[in-house]
Amino acid sequence: MDQSQITDRLKARFGERILSTYAMCGQEAVTILPADLVEVLTFLRDEPELRFNMLMDVGGVDYLGYGGDGEDEDELRSHRFEIAYQMFSYDLRHRYRVKVAVKDDSVEVPSLWEIWRGANWMEREVYDMFGIRFTGHPNLRRILNHDDFVGHPLRKDYPITKRQKLSRPIDHLLTDKQEWA
Amino acid sequence: MGLESQLDNPFLTTTIDTVVNWGRKYSMWPLPFGTACCAVEFMGVVGPKYDISRFGAELVRFSPRQADLLLVMGTVTQKMAPILKQIYDQMPQPKWVVSMGACASSGGFYDNYSVVQGIDEIIPVDIYVAGCPPTPENVIGAVYKLQQKISQEKVAAWR
Repeated sequence: MDQSQITDRLKARFGERILSTYAMCGQEAVTILPADLVEVLTFLRDEPELRFNMLMDVGGVDYLGYGGDGEDEDELRSHRFEIAYQMFSYDLRHRYRVKVAVKDDSVEVPSLWEIWRGANWMEREVYDMFGIRFTGHPNLRRILNHDDFVGHPLRKDYPITKRQKLSRPIDHLLTDKQEWA
Repeated sequence: MGLESQLDNPFLTTTIDTVVNWGRKYSMWPLPFGTACCAVEFMGVVGPKYDISRFGAELVRFSPRQADLLLVMGTVTQKMAPILKQIYDQMPQPKWVVSMGACASSGGFYDNYSVVQGIDEIIPVDIYVAGCPPTPENVIGAVYKLQQKISQEKVAAWR
């Protein structure tokens, strides 16, 4: 299905809850609030004509200090973070993107682990790098940085060359069953 | 049969340092600590075209307890740093370290939160190899430099 048709389906189904839409070179996306996330993505997965059965990637963006282009996205930029979910349908060979506007790090975003099991490590990465907390996640711990790390390095207010030493090897990486949960 | 048949006198006078260092420098057993693309370049150095065994350092060991030359090839992150230190500590003396490539020597272009800015922050380094990645000739040059360095060492300096 064409991506503009998917956008139309979502707008017809969710109406005002779609905050904004985006289209560029045939790629489209919608922006929603965290409260609607599970409902919208479950719809995308289960609707027979959409069938997004794979979550390809979860990525974070920090818009701190971002001026924007002064156009219609001004309202969105009052949200500091955005999380982008990339989906793919094996059956129907189409792709789509949903963005979630997160006001600041006090907002809790629902985990998609119950919808796609692959969300587990991707959400851990977003937590590690941006400090977004996912409620309902089975094992929300750091995945790339070491456990002694303080802060979240992909935030714009993290000093990029601030290095944090680790004094001991991480033995539990191989022995801790939780790590593979 | 051997050398003694060529000499009038079957004895040579030399020093312990000379003999031991001569043995050591042509029988280095490298441990490849490969964390990035430099390790792929090292495969070319070990392979038949460049063939590091011509310089007596071909017996690659994957246990630090059987190696005396640590080749650090690639980016070392803060998370990996204690592991590198532990591997270095496990190697028996005498031991030498070659830092191969820009990342291992200085952090390379990874001037960020996660990468160690040169492995000499963690372990002592004998030879630095420039390049990103270094050419095979450059790595062989490092082995050659290290052989020259070993031949100048005092045996008693090692524990």
